[in-house]
Amino acid sequence: MKRRDSIKTITLGAIGASYLLNGCYGVTQEKIKRSLTRYKYGRTPQEKLYDDKLFSQEFFTDEELTILNKLCNLILPPNDYGSIEEAEVVQLIEFMAKDIPSYQKPLRDGIDWINEQSELNFNQKFIDISENSQKQIIDKIAYYDPNLDMNDLPDEVQWFNLLRNLTLTGYFTSEVGIKELGYKGNSPNVWDGVPQEVLDDHGLSYDEEWLSKFVDQSKRLDTAKWDEDGNLIS
Amino acid sequence: MEIKKTSKQYDVIIVGSGAGGGMATKVLSEAGLKVAVVESGPYYDPANPDQMTQLKWAWQSPRRGAGTTRPFGDFDQAYGGWDIDGEPYTQKNDTNFRWFRSRMLGGRTNHWGRISLRFGPNDFKKKSMDGLGEDWPITYEDLRPYYDKVDKLIGVFGTKENLYNDPDGFFLPPPKPRLHELYYIKAARKADIKVIPSRLSVITKRINNDRGVCFYCNGCARSCNVYADFSSGSCLIFPAQNAGGQIDLYVNSMVRTVETNFEGKATGVSYINKDDGNEYKLNGKVVVLAASACSSARILLNSKSKQHPNGLGNSSDLVGKYLHDSTGGDMMAFLPQLTNRKIYNEDGVGGMHVYSPWWLDNKKLDFPRGYHIEVWGGMGAPTYGTGFNVNHFNKFFGLKAGGYGDVLRSDMKKYYGSTIGFSGRGESVAMKSNYCEIDPNKVDKYGVPVLRFNYKWTDYEIKQAKHMQDTFEEIIHNMGGQPLWNKPGIESNYGLTKPGEIIHEVGTTRMGKNPKDSVVDQFERMHDVDNVFVVDAGPFVSQADKNPTWTIMALAWRASDHIVSEFKKQNF
Repeated sequence: MKRRDSIKTITLGAIGASYLLNGCYGVTQEKIKRSLTRYKYGRTPQEKLYDDKLFSQEFFTDEELTILNKLCNLILPPNDYGSIEEAEVVQLIEFMAKDIPSYQKPLRDGIDWINEQSELNFNQKFIDISENSQKQIIDKIAYYDPNLDMNDLPDEVQWFNLLRNLTLTGYFTSEVGIKELGYKGNSPNVWDGVPQEVLDDHGLSYDEEWLSKFVDQSKRLDTAKWDEDGNLIS
Repeated sequence: MEIKKTSKQYDVIIVGSGAGGGMATKVLSEAGLKVAVVESGPYYDPANPDQMTQLKWAWQSPRRGAGTTRPFGDFDQAYGGWDIDGEPYTQKNDTNFRWFRSRMLGGRTNHWGRISLRFGPNDFKKKSMDGLGEDWPITYEDLRPYYDKVDKLIGVFGTKENLYNDPDGFFLPPPKPRLHELYYIKAARKADIKVIPSRLSVITKRINNDRGVCFYCNGCARSCNVYADFSSGSCLIFPAQNAGGQIDLYVNSMVRTVETNFEGKATGVSYINKDDGNEYKLNGKVVVLAASACSSARILLNSKSKQHPNGLGNSSDLVGKYLHDSTGGDMMAFLPQLTNRKIYNEDGVGGMHVYSPWWLDNKKLDFPRGYHIEVWGGMGAPTYGTGFNVNHFNKFFGLKAGGYGDVLRSDMKKYYGSTIGFSGRGESVAMKSNYCEIDPNKVDKYGVPVLRFNYKWTDYEIKQAKHMQDTFEEIIHNMGGQPLWNKPGIESNYGLTKPGEIIHEVGTTRMGKNPKDSVVDQFERMHDVDNVFVVDAGPFVSQADKNPTWTIMALAWRASDHIVSEFKKQNF
């Protein structure tokens, strides 16, 4: 019997409780499907077909999605800016598992591992134990020495790193996450150099001899004209 | 398969719609010639909302912009990549050549870096200078008027610097450097490396009423919907159509061969219509190939006939030979002084605001040819991958990494925008032994024989790549930074990119005076077939440490003028 199958058998009794919790966390395959009809981002017909194919597939079970949602919430708890749910982080993880199939095995193995640990230590599935108990398990795998090669670290440490990566990228590429980060661009504006106070903070300045060469933003809409030597005269 | 013929007769059939094909389309149609443009991909307009990716946010993509379907990410405007389903290529010996194709109107001009550098006087006579490769049959002075015209027509920002081998042009004013670029300037100068404002084809000041002015969204790789950057469709083909040119666009049409008559002259092209799978023939008095260096070589080599048994225009046996790409080497560093940054909009244009042109004398070095340095970094738009290894830089402070909880939020903000990167892009030496040819054993999904590559870097490129890494190390040291990975050594050719990866492949139909050692003449006309021209980067004799696009367009304009004058003399 595979490890995964054995865990399924052992934990069958706890499924009822998990289903109840689904209501709280609210991420189910059904909801994921409904949220995926809004993407409009300049796809070619072939790309659209590929996206649609991925949307039509289900990878994680609702039970797994619930665990992922809990883990993502532990990694980045909600705050005034937003939450894992608002950032649709679990939806992203479900999509990426299909878009990058090499994520599938480690992600699923990790969920099995954490349920196994929970059963061993607390006699219950991960989703059913207290948050303190959940953190006790996570504490064993959440930290690593950045001087070591990630590939040499235990599988569960690598898994948690992958999950942390997906959680952070999912949150900070979402509307609420980008707002929290404070990124100001991707919108029409006029760049006229680094703000003076920032230059001062860094003890830097623009070269005097360069300054006259830069675009005079007050004349950006005047049509360019040159003399015959290539000097701009407008 | 039955070939369907059309009764339409064109003056010129242009194969491909990128930089070279677009320029030929504009110049030839404006001269009143009736042209067909045959493009292997779909119609594309950067202003079409259904195709547009500019100003989209990561969350508008279900993969948050990841590079799964497009190699440079969801928002990059290249339909294609190094690997295209059903359109393989093969390798010979231990070659690993990477062939990037973009199948769409405008080709790769829709996503390129807009780095628009003229070649300098030395770049046309490298053999005279270092004994390697071959000199061009033309000089800088021959091409200079065309560079000037390209500058004025398309727009490029830059500054007059009076550098002999990096000639000045008709420049729009450049944008001010960003913060990490100011750090670069300081550190590079300390190492005696020259730094000047970039030269990019982005409209920082109005150039005409057809094109908008840059609004600094950093999205040039997404192609600009107000046409404030150069793409072949928006800046050459659409204006030519709007000016009333007689231009028929054939999209989703993959040219298989150039057709010839019993005299061996070209009569047109045959192409596969990707929509219905049928093969068609178009008739033209002149055929202009602009499909990209390797695609044009492939078409020529596949165009065998009794008169051209070795492939069209290939009596020299040099079609496909002397293939060369730019060298590439990269390094990235963490700058502690850029932690916990004050956040402001520093998007700027889609590319660096300063760069370093080649600054050394090869006589004092152990390798020939130079490279320029591109610099990147800053507080960019978050996209898939942002937040990965969120506090890995803790290692520079002797701290553990990882964890969970609110501390990750502050780590994210602490390290956002704290890196700087350097890319060396240099000139390789064109070698006859580096080539593409037809693979006799493989066809693509349209039944067309595919290309097989044979390519090996020489010591020249490997030593140049080592020099790049030594230079980056010195610059990083000068700015008090920490390199993000170990300096690559001899086992990886000092981090030298794979051939093809810089996407500057040139040289497969090189120009020259002598038909025995070149494929086209100084007007890009085939020595063997006087009504076939090649106006992509195939005719490049040598690469220079410059990006090829500006030279492709200057040469294509010059070739097109020549075609027009030949028509006037009724030579076609």
